[in-house]
Amino acid sequence: MSIPADLKYTKTHEWVKVEADGTLTVGITQHAQDLLGDMVFIEPPAVGRVLGAGEECAVVESVKAASDVYAPVAGEVIAANSEVEGSPERINQDPYGAWMFRMKPSNAGDVDGLLDAGSYKAQIATEAH
Amino acid sequence: MSELKQTPLSAIHRQLGAKMVDFGGWDMPVNYGSQIEEHHVVRRDVGMFDVSHMLPLDVEGERAREFLTHLLANNVAKLKTPGRAIYSCMLNEVGGVIDDLIIYWRGDSRFRIVVNAGTADKDIEWMHKQAQPYSVKLMPRRDLAMIAIQGPNARSKVWEAMPGLQDVSETMAPFNAVEVGDMFVARTGYTGEDGFEIMLPAKAAAFFWQALLDAGVKPCGLGSRDTLRLEAGMNLYGQDMDETTSPLESGLAWTVDLNSEREFIGKAALQKSEITKQLAGLLLLGKGVLRAHQKVHTRHGEGEITSGTFSPTLARSIALARIPLGIAPGEEVAVEIRDRKMTAKVVKYPFVRNGKNLMAS
Repeated sequence: MSIPADLKYTKTHEWVKVEADGTLTVGITQHAQDLLGDMVFIEPPAVGRVLGAGEECAVVESVKAASDVYAPVAGEVIAANSEVEGSPERINQDPYGAWMFRMKPSNAGDVDGLLDAGSYKAQIATEAH
Repeated sequence: MSELKQTPLSAIHRQLGAKMVDFGGWDMPVNYGSQIEEHHVVRRDVGMFDVSHMLPLDVEGERAREFLTHLLANNVAKLKTPGRAIYSCMLNEVGGVIDDLIIYWRGDSRFRIVVNAGTADKDIEWMHKQAQPYSVKLMPRRDLAMIAIQGPNARSKVWEAMPGLQDVSETMAPFNAVEVGDMFVARTGYTGEDGFEIMLPAKAAAFFWQALLDAGVKPCGLGSRDTLRLEAGMNLYGQDMDETTSPLESGLAWTVDLNSEREFIGKAALQKSEITKQLAGLLLLGKGVLRAHQKVHTRHGEGEITSGTFSPTLARSIALARIPLGIAPGEEVAVEIRDRKMTAKVVKYPFVRNGKNLMAS
């Protein structure tokens, strides 16, 4: 199971990349797409929407089930990936390349509260039992 | 947690990299990678499914036909030539569906019934109770495995893997079966494509599976089996009908014989019942995915989706829904998807048959 060391993670299976300018790129993890199976539909948040930490902000649907995507921290949505919206299977093929949305965090320090790769891996291991 | 029941092929599925799930207490493959690819392979070429969790039950005895005439909603009198099969519901006294099944006539007073895995125990109990006056033998055949090979190239691939089967099954019409030694070869399925369902001794299942793999038949999981049957407009027991629903409100009136003089369990209740609902097909007009239990709003009141999915062939969402009578194909209804109402069109199903999109106008 791929869990890149340079990313941050949430308990709800989002990955977060902290860009050089302090904005965040968000997607769902390889583990999450594996649980859901073939993706058929995604609905990213509207650009400009202001999100609270942990707020439901997007939906991914696979053949099997619908699943909510949560805001990793508080902030404003600055971009949504229309390419992935048009080809949801890209999330299965390349979960860490197929980002869903970008956001500007309200407080830069909030990302420190997210999981690192090691803690996320440990959490998946716990869920499996 | 109790141990999951294994089919004779469970270990082989694991070796093939299948994603295994607890399917009603059985250790079954949901896919071997991509459910959507497996779906397309069955529509366009050929795929195979391990369906050994389903239970074959042999019914034998002088009065077997008489017993089945009483037990089943469809009329076994339609079984006029050995090998012939029919689909039927088995009803309770109030006309609810205990299970749906396929019944094959094996000649003389010998029949084989294939029932669903999740209902097998209660089916056996019910049949035993009903069989008493007829003194027939009921023999559950857990010693058999069952493999479904489905798709436009299914038959030719089976003959390639087992050349001995070609002569005996080449001219066999759909919904018929033939027995070759220990193998029971039926031209039936649950995908809307041509193909076979083959029952054979459990100990021979791995060998046969491997021969099919070698012939190029792709293993497919129960995930694609569900999207294929829904596109084909075939009911799933426990979802589209159960003991609390009437077959006449589940799109199954065509399988219930109310015209003949014959008495069968549930008949009186059905004749007295008032039909207010129908099973209809839905096509979602916008983006999203219809799912079971979503509420449907129509101009005659509310209904509910019984099965919904994303259709890989149509590349949009489809569903079966139990809605009020009087809503006709072509009408629009509103489905509650999470916090939103989305528009869907009522359609006549099946949605897809023999690789063909029937919704393309």
